[in-house]
Amino acid sequence: MKAKHQRLILALAALVAIVGAGLLAVSALKDEAAYFYAPNDVKTKGVEPGKAIRLGGMVVKGSLHRAADGVTIGFDVTDGKATVPATFSGIAPDLFKEGSGVVAEGAFDTKGTFVATNLLAKHDERYMPRELEGMTYNETTHEMKKADQ
Amino acid sequence: MIAETGLAALWLAAALALLQLILSFAGLRGGKPELLAAIRPVAIMQGLLTALAFGLLITLFLRSDMSVLLVATNSHSMKPWLYKFAGTWGNHEGSMLLWVTVMGVAGSAVALFERALRRDTHMATLGAQAAISLGFYAFLLFSSNPFARIAPPPEDGQGLNPLLQDPGLAFHPPTLYLGYVGLSVAFSFAVGALLTRRVDAAFARAMRPWVLGAWILLTLGITAGSYWAYYELGWGGWWFWDPVENASLMPWLAATALLHSVTVLATRDSLRAWTVMLAVVAFSMSMVGTFLVRSGILTSVHAFAVDPSRGSFILALLAIYIGGALALFGWRIGTVREGAPFELVSRETLLVVNNLLLSVILGIVLIGTLYPLMTEAFGHKVSVGAPYFDRIAGPLALSLMVALAVGPLLRWRRDDGRAAARKLLIPLGVAIAVAASIAILAWGRMGLLPFLGLVIAIAVGVASVLPLWGRNLLRTPLFTWGMVVAHLGCAVSMAGMACDSAFTVEKLVAARPGDTISTAGWTLRFVQIMPIAGDNWTALQADMQATRGSSTVAIHPQSRFFSSPPTSTTEAALLTRWNGQLYVVLGEEVDNGRWQMRIWWKPFVTFIWLGGVMIALGGAMALVGRERRGWMLKWKARRRARA
Repeated sequence: MKAKHQRLILALAALVAIVGAGLLAVSALKDEAAYFYAPNDVKTKGVEPGKAIRLGGMVVKGSLHRAADGVTIGFDVTDGKATVPATFSGIAPDLFKEGSGVVAEGAFDTKGTFVATNLLAKHDERYMPRELEGMTYNETTHEMKKADQ
Repeated sequence: MIAETGLAALWLAAALALLQLILSFAGLRGGKPELLAAIRPVAIMQGLLTALAFGLLITLFLRSDMSVLLVATNSHSMKPWLYKFAGTWGNHEGSMLLWVTVMGVAGSAVALFERALRRDTHMATLGAQAAISLGFYAFLLFSSNPFARIAPPPEDGQGLNPLLQDPGLAFHPPTLYLGYVGLSVAFSFAVGALLTRRVDAAFARAMRPWVLGAWILLTLGITAGSYWAYYELGWGGWWFWDPVENASLMPWLAATALLHSVTVLATRDSLRAWTVMLAVVAFSMSMVGTFLVRSGILTSVHAFAVDPSRGSFILALLAIYIGGALALFGWRIGTVREGAPFELVSRETLLVVNNLLLSVILGIVLIGTLYPLMTEAFGHKVSVGAPYFDRIAGPLALSLMVALAVGPLLRWRRDDGRAAARKLLIPLGVAIAVAASIAILAWGRMGLLPFLGLVIAIAVGVASVLPLWGRNLLRTPLFTWGMVVAHLGCAVSMAGMACDSAFTVEKLVAARPGDTISTAGWTLRFVQIMPIAGDNWTALQADMQATRGSSTVAIHPQSRFFSSPPTSTTEAALLTRWNGQLYVVLGEEVDNGRWQMRIWWKPFVTFIWLGGVMIALGGAMALVGRERRGWMLKWKARRRARA
């Protein structure tokens, strides 16, 4: 192989790799990146059961209840426009409570209940899941608003 | 006085960096490489001043001097001294000072210890290092002054985020930063070589130890960070594809590629342009990572408190340095001559495959990390999480492992494909045997990716020691041993990942004191709940007896409450055995005296970090081996000259 050719081939290989990485990323992002849903997105767009997503919103006041096994909780998540029932088995973060924001990772079961495998709540007063930033919850009307709207 | 001295030291260091830049420029323009003798002491002094400033900030934290704003907002007099000490870098300003210190000290190390590099390239390298440092001095002094005072001083500080109050804080960030910012040296070398048009094998041999050193520390830092997150967050996971984690992974991917391509350049004088490009990319990734972490524009489970206004400053630095380096690359690369050619079946080809795969993984992680930012600019909020990264990075990492098994068995430049294929029959046989036995024993219990991962890991484990086959083990050079250990480490780590994701047993219960819980061969007796207190926290602690076979061990998972700032954390109880780890988390009390508990048995999970340590150890062996050979050659030459 001539030297000139080799450099060309290597440059082409690098180009193919970069383009390949881009295409792979785009194809996977198309499937996986619509990954964050608010309850209203679930209602309008629909999410097929079993697809891993993040569901974000506020925990409706008075909806939190505990199953007899002591480790499963059920609650409703709302964004003011729609409400979705959810369950979670595990140790909930300390700042997970009614009327405060939550991002739940998991998937819907066939009955339309969101089965969370992980709950991300505020870590401390300075941290808020980015997806919930700017949202406020009205305790009397159970409505959630974006602060900037 | 201490704070003012620290600030003065920083200003002085910045001034010296400017002087260093001007001197290098003058030396290069005037064609006076002897100016290097004047630049060296400036660079050393600059490093010493940054170290002094950093030492003074540590002193302020240890003394709990609440008249300093940073101490008041991030420390507390009641904290144990270790966290006062490590808390120095558990905040934005302190960690940026650490960053600048590492950069200054790395610069003085290059001035002090580098002997192999041509004088003009050495000078250009020190000039480039000064140019990068200047930007970060400006960032520190104008937007993140760690020494600012507060008047009147508060009675006591606000305390440190309890999640950070762990011995891990003393080790993980400094190690990570040493590696992260150590890559700036590779960047400066590349810029220096482009400026003097000296991209060749001698340049690569001079750069290699610096790349290797930074890479070893980066590997250790990531490994430590992963273990820390694993036990501190109490989620039982060891990698979350969180932006902050990706920020450390991306420089590592680039540095790993660089490490391999610089070896090709040093040994065979091939891949010149590519190696220079990777050196630029590696440190660029460090800066991108810093931007992501320090600007606070991304959501992270690691939850730093951040100020978005600083983001634009770092973004400007990024644009200047990365843009400048790429422009220089485009302008000068035409003058870099073609390297030595090689055949298709050769070690070089496999190293090119390694580089391409690592670059593709890097691109995918970068796109996935930045994508939420890009869509947000258009008004959509999107998260990209584990499903995306696992789906693409998983198969690519497996392909990379296959290349890792083949590459070291091939000769440089040209090899007989059949001879190499014969050697590969052994690991191939092992792979088939392992695949068959796992298929029989655990069919249907594991997913495709963990299955392939385990099979490939074991086969690669065998293949990685084959380069020692038929050699006199005592006469095999230390750097060859280093390669074998590091490659074996990759296999060990991957086996741990596959076992953890395939065989972990999880049990979630609400138990009363006196109850017995059985899972995965363990019997846990829940004795009682006790309140206990530490220096700056109180906790509820479960006393439990864990029994497996004939041995019984007491374990104590806790749930801790910190008052400043008011936060609670879980302290998981970990019980390590050779074949796995028992991981117990105490939750909250639910109705009538039952306590939530989450129990995992994680087979071979420790292999993940053991592999990481082996990779770093292999790097250290290679570094020592290469340097020692250099010393020996020099020593022999001197003796011959004398005789």
